[in-house]
Amino acid sequence: MALEPGQLLDMYRTMVTIRTFDRRAADELHAGNIPGAVHSYIGQEAVAVGVCSALRREDRITSTHRGHGHTIAKGADIKFMMAELFGRSNGYCHGKGGSMHIADFSVGMLGANGIVGAGLPLATGAALAAQMEGGGGVAVSFFGDGASNEGSFHGSLNLASIWKLPVLYVCENNRWASGNSAAATQSVEDISVRAVSYNLPGVTVDGTDVLAVYEAAEQAVRRARNGEGPTLVECKTYRWRLHAEQRNDPPDPRPQEEIDLGPQHDPIATFAGHLTQQGVATEESLKQIDGEVAAAVDEAIDFAKASPFPKPEDALTDVFAP
Amino acid sequence: MREVTYVEALMEAFTEEMRRDDKVFHLCGNHGPLAALIPEFGEERVRACPISEEAYVGAGIGAAGSGFRPIISPGMMTFAFTAMDQIVNQMAKIHYMFGGQAAFPLVFRASTGGGRSAAAQHSQSPHPMFMNLAGLKLIMPSTPYDAKGLMKSAIRDNNPVVFFEDQILAASPTKQEIPDEEYTVPIGVADVKRHGSDVTVIAISKMVSQALAAAEELAGQGIDVEVVDPRTLVPMDVPALRASVQKTGRVVIVDEACLTCSAAAEISALITEDPATFRALKAPPKRVCSPDVPIPYSPIMEQFCLPDKDNVIQGIREVLG
Ligand SMILES: Cc1ncc(C[n+]2csc(CCOP(=O)(O)OP(=O)(O)O)c2C)c(N)n1
Ligand SMILES: [Mg+2]
Repeated sequence: MALEPGQLLDMYRTMVTIRTFDRRAADELHAGNIPGAVHSYIGQEAVAVGVCSALRREDRITSTHRGHGHTIAKGADIKFMMAELFGRSNGYCHGKGGSMHIADFSVGMLGANGIVGAGLPLATGAALAAQMEGGGGVAVSFFGDGASNEGSFHGSLNLASIWKLPVLYVCENNRWASGNSAAATQSVEDISVRAVSYNLPGVTVDGTDVLAVYEAAEQAVRRARNGEGPTLVECKTYRWRLHAEQRNDPPDPRPQEEIDLGPQHDPIATFAGHLTQQGVATEESLKQIDGEVAAAVDEAIDFAKASPFPKPEDALTDVFAP
Repeated sequence: MREVTYVEALMEAFTEEMRRDDKVFHLCGNHGPLAALIPEFGEERVRACPISEEAYVGAGIGAAGSGFRPIISPGMMTFAFTAMDQIVNQMAKIHYMFGGQAAFPLVFRASTGGGRSAAAQHSQSPHPMFMNLAGLKLIMPSTPYDAKGLMKSAIRDNNPVVFFEDQILAASPTKQEIPDEEYTVPIGVADVKRHGSDVTVIAISKMVSQALAAAEELAGQGIDVEVVDPRTLVPMDVPALRASVQKTGRVVIVDEACLTCSAAAEISALITEDPATFRALKAPPKRVCSPDVPIPYSPIMEQFCLPDKDNVIQGIREVLG
């Protein structure tokens, strides 16, 4: 399906929102305003945006520890996200979850996750629900290269395959799992080949090209909605920043030459180039979007800072559903 | 004497034991500080594993039953819940089920505890679950000295030993003097961290520092607090705990785990079901634990949940009546 200019500009805006959000979140963390740790999605924006652009609002996704990008791309409100990072009571999870556990069920974002590989079975279940509902809904699990070494990956793909579940397994292969390189810890170079074992299609795309990601996702979504079952979509990408930003950042274990290559395949710059070349936008119009996004993120931070903290005893609520 | 941090103390234990026995090797989720062992021992004996906890935890058990002494380090305990079949059904039962035919000498070490705004999944205190498995020894050291000595004993032990390192203690720059000579700390022996006569506070892992801070503060008010650290939860040094309580007649048990079925609950039972200790009690035992909720992210709520010095003082005041 060809994308309309308006959709393309929305995709651009979302990618810039993710990058700006994560930059500012890291700054706020280092300034001591956000506790804990944040896992930056910068460099991988094309994956979340390419995939989520092929989804409907009712479709459901599960995410990872690196979840801000997926959450924004699925349509969550950055004000409530930022308030959650700041540990405030009007954050998405009322301050109970923080960066690694943002969810917005109203837009089909079933949650970021602190456990590597945990989202795959959950998305498989969301796909099962969609199949049983019969409304043509699909589910997506985002996960990393490292997660594809967990049993949950292998069991989920097999289950989805035998039941022909409407699910996309979207692997963001950034070649590192915290301090471990994929080269040292993974039996295959392309994770997509693992689909062969479970008899489902596996494709590898350039995960820094939002249109390539969109195209692969769109095809897989179509398959899923038609009852043809799951697809494994591997997106080759790179994380620009540390595995996690913390108050005391550890050294980056990756070779500096490799880190320097990241920004040379900037998904946003690539897409901006495409948009101007195609006459969908001008440099000025994109700059204007950048400015609007910066203002929106500023507003989200102001909102977070002005938001109330939870009461200590609020810790005792939400243990069980009413 | 030298001063070392908690992690440095553990690293010394690894180095000494790896030199002593070439069957000792590491399987870890991430090299982290263990990378310092590679120049001397090689990557063969310091293996970084894929994120396949079930596979490498199980591989450690298999290697242990085949003549090696692995030290398995998935990082946080929360990561290794993905390996719970290997831990619960294999590690804990394998020696017993097969009638004691083979020993499974391994150390399974992981970090636990909250206090870093890391939210529910990364702030857990699951040691009571492990106490209830039957078949696993369980150590939770509170100081660098104990960490080194107990790690050496754990590596030499012929059983699976679970070794939980509190996240905050493991990251702490605080140093403690340890002897230059080699030493071990025996498994199953409690340690009185402060002598006192009015009330016994039994505290586990990071809670020992909270108990000592409470004791310090109350000393100024004429209340003499004894602080006992079990150090090992399985086997528990029951005689030492009972002896202290028989002396003071009052006991507060401080444990970061959720209250229900906490280690504190077990210790409370061990104290009260012994007739002599029961008769010595001047007040019911008091558990100071986290409430029965997953640990929340926002620091205000997290601090409310995790026991601290003030909660210990409040507990002490309660048993003093
Ligand atoms: C089951 C489990 N094991 C280990 C960890 C610790 N951990 C957190 S993120 C991470 C790396 C994940 O790598 P990958 O799946 O490639 O995602 P990326 O961080 O590259 O986005 C690790 C090892 C965890 N959270 N959960
Ligand atoms: Mg990765």
